[in-house]
Amino acid sequence: MSLQPGLETLDYTFTGTRPAGAFAPVLVGVVGSGNLEVLLEPAPGDDCSIHIETSARGFGSIWAAVVRDFHQRHSLAGVQLSIHDMGATPAVVSLRLDQAARELQS
Amino acid sequence: MISYAECSARERLALVVDTGSFHEWLPPALKLTSPHLAQLGVPSSFDDGVAIGRALLAGQTVFVAAQEGQFMGGGVGEVHGAKLVGLLRRALRERPRAVLLLAESGGVRLHEANAGLIAVSEVMRAVLDVRAAGIPVVVLIGGSGGCFGGMGIVARCADHIVMSDIGRLAMSGPEVIEASHGVEEFDSRDRALVWRTTGGKHRWLTGDCDVLVEDDVVAFRTAAISALGAVRPVTMESLEAEHARLSARLAFDGAEATALWSSLGVAGAERIPDLDVAGVLALGA
Repeated sequence: MSLQPGLETLDYTFTGTRPAGAFAPVLVGVVGSGNLEVLLEPAPGDDCSIHIETSARGFGSIWAAVVRDFHQRHSLAGVQLSIHDMGATPAVVSLRLDQAARELQS
Repeated sequence: MISYAECSARERLALVVDTGSFHEWLPPALKLTSPHLAQLGVPSSFDDGVAIGRALLAGQTVFVAAQEGQFMGGGVGEVHGAKLVGLLRRALRERPRAVLLLAESGGVRLHEANAGLIAVSEVMRAVLDVRAAGIPVVVLIGGSGGCFGGMGIVARCADHIVMSDIGRLAMSGPEVIEASHGVEEFDSRDRALVWRTTGGKHRWLTGDCDVLVEDDVVAFRTAAISALGAVRPVTMESLEAEHARLSARLAFDGAEATALWSSLGVAGAERIPDLDVAGVLALGA
């Protein structure tokens, strides 16, 4: 894998079964080394779409597995997740995603 | 006790002002991000590293900004700076009881070069305009990243500074001094030296900050409430007094912070690095 400059952008879309309804946007996490921020917003339709910008290039297959796992656990419908990542590990990403989903319930 | 240093900017905001009273302007969902960072391959942040808005403090309306030290070291970029300037200019119009700056910053965000430098100079001008209007600007410094560079100057432009012993305030940061003057001049890895020369206890003993508190969000909140009326008018007399104070410091002929404290009349200065906040406050009283 050659090291390339620049951010990598990844997009994933799932169809959810649990409508989130209307809610105020939720922000969790901080864009710091080994960390990420997740912005969770309402969106029309039944989709759960996830937009990722990351400084760590070449980990698309791992991101795909992490967001698929998130969607299997929560199956959110009508939401848009936006992620700014600075090299967080998959476990940290999963925790941040769960944190955002939990804020939605509170 | 909740550590102020360990909180994120948003956690500090939530805990320092009255519960649930913070109303954010230009919130993350507006995605007002840096126009420069993506070109350099650096991730942006939805708030560009600073949250601004209005809130209540002990029931009184204040404007407040909190810098996130974990994002780009709290560096002031173009958008980040514009948010601070906008908050301060709005204060001129709406006249809150005070403006609180929860500062944690290494200064200008170097990635944004001149845009960041201009942003910081605009923040300084805006701070002085707010002070001239009789609205106190209160700076809280207790993040692990400290308050350095341009934000260090901004802090000293304010009416009132509250620091914890963990907090640090200076112009050039330790690594910058070492890089420019050599390790013999300043060893940035010597943590005790760094805190003796930039830390909250030092700043309080030398009169560079007004209040020294424990690393505790409640202590910062209490100090901020006490500072609500802390207007310090900028007059020719006050400026001349400040210049005289700093000129007197230049006359100090020593190499160690402990000697400086002794020269200021602090008894038992050599013990200060080992003292906690209460111990230092007892000495200074």
